[in-house]
Amino acid sequence: MMQWLKRFYFLVIGLFLSLPLIIVAGVSVNAKQTLAFPPQGFSLSWYGEIFTNPEWRSALLASVILATTSAALAVLIALPLSWFLWRRIAPWANIFQVLGIAPFTLPPVITALGLLTFWATTGFYGQPWTAVIGHAIFFVTLPLVTLSLGFSAIDRSFVEAAATMGANDRTIFRTVVLPLILPYLVSGYAFAFVLSLNEYIVAYMTVGFTLETLPIKIFNALRYGYTPTMASVTILFVFTAAVIFSLVAKFGDLPKLLGAMASDDK
Amino acid sequence: MKREPPQSIADYGPLFFPAGMLLIFFVVPFGTMIAVSFFQRQEGGFYTPAFVFTNYERFLSAFFGGVLGFSLILAVTVAICCVVLALPFTYLLSTLSRRLQVIWLVGLLSVLSLSEVIIGFAWSTLLSRTAGLSNLLVKVGLLDQPVALFPSFGAVLTGMVYQALPYTVLVLYPAIVRLDPTLMEAARTLGSSPIRAFFNVLVPALRNTIMATLIMVFIFALGSYLLPQILGRPQHWTLSVLITDQAIYQSNMPFAAAMAVFLVLVTLGLVALTLLIGRKGEKA
Repeated sequence: MMQWLKRFYFLVIGLFLSLPLIIVAGVSVNAKQTLAFPPQGFSLSWYGEIFTNPEWRSALLASVILATTSAALAVLIALPLSWFLWRRIAPWANIFQVLGIAPFTLPPVITALGLLTFWATTGFYGQPWTAVIGHAIFFVTLPLVTLSLGFSAIDRSFVEAAATMGANDRTIFRTVVLPLILPYLVSGYAFAFVLSLNEYIVAYMTVGFTLETLPIKIFNALRYGYTPTMASVTILFVFTAAVIFSLVAKFGDLPKLLGAMASDDK
Repeated sequence: MKREPPQSIADYGPLFFPAGMLLIFFVVPFGTMIAVSFFQRQEGGFYTPAFVFTNYERFLSAFFGGVLGFSLILAVTVAICCVVLALPFTYLLSTLSRRLQVIWLVGLLSVLSLSEVIIGFAWSTLLSRTAGLSNLLVKVGLLDQPVALFPSFGAVLTGMVYQALPYTVLVLYPAIVRLDPTLMEAARTLGSSPIRAFFNVLVPALRNTIMATLIMVFIFALGSYLLPQILGRPQHWTLSVLITDQAIYQSNMPFAAAMAVFLVLVTLGLVALTLLIGRKGEKA
């Protein structure tokens, strides 16, 4: 009886989370340009549309470039910071950890508006690269959290052994720390990448009138009614996120990354 | 090599780039925003440096008070719905095998990372007249003809719960996984039903976590910006929507900034409260 109740609850939550996506997946394969479910006819042409229609293709390209570069910048900010905090005793430097987590904790509209006033004041408003910095700052939290977790898992005696044998900081970092931290670095990058791909408001407030990312493109298209390409892009996004997180789970320890310590290293 | 305080300037080397980036592109913009909130607005969308409180005074009108009240009530409702749904779910999740847990976590992360635009579009499709749920109800015979279920308050609420539920589960997950499993076992051995054990043992043990989660989900929901626009009517707009509207469409940056500063104060107050609860939890 309890087992059934448990399964039923999982089913309800699972349906709630997947139903909108199932409907959208169904709508995305409609043969004609109609918003109908169950789909009338079957066609994958709306998926092709993402890559052949110049507007959607350039939005896709803009989003991918933005996500690739901003996630890289976020990791570049997070890596030296978390290394320093792990290597040195400098309590005041924790303020930068807080600063790195703040943009993600506050409502996004605040980071977005702050950056908007900043770029408008400095005269760079609308430059595509401002969105890269914006996203890097907004999502730096993710690599920062995964890397801090990674550093705390490193056995300090490895590093001490290397130091005793005469390795300097740089060598230690390259030969001992980096290989140990790499899974955390990659997952931090992956989280930042996926979220940047989906981010709307920071991109919209900083470069919304000059650069159209996919989320911005979907919203603009949504205002003028419905095109089936929105549905196919949505499914493409869900699919991409699921693949990336599955890879993270396959090569890393997902429950541990999400804060659940494995029972043996408590 | 032990952890040691920095000896020379060179030891601070790794800190330069991250600190610089965060200071220039987060602290300075934040300061700029606060400064702009005191600026004087000029006709035509420009503003000049000044130190006036008019932007804050305007905020004290009945209209904006109403919007603020609505935003807060909406966020509270979302937070309560999410925690009520997520708490038993996360507990059940923690009892699953590791492989199944990972599968669920991947799914939750995928939904969590979805853009608000995409969630809004997906729900507007699900609630639409031509492709939505109401068609199903017609087939079953509960409705005579399909209807559109949005825009409405229910649609906004559902969309926001959808957006925040994976977040809630992931916030609760570490605390519930780390909970001593013998607690529940003891309750079960002593003869209480699983449901009773859940309410009488698990919920009280997680009291502080639940409070902190409620606040975190509340803040998360406060930031929701597109769902009220896509799934709701103008009376369902939240403070986040108004801030963007003022900044971009009304080109009234000082007023937008003033509202944003206010939103920060509300949020920071709540974060402080969360930390306080967390600290009390550690002592207990």
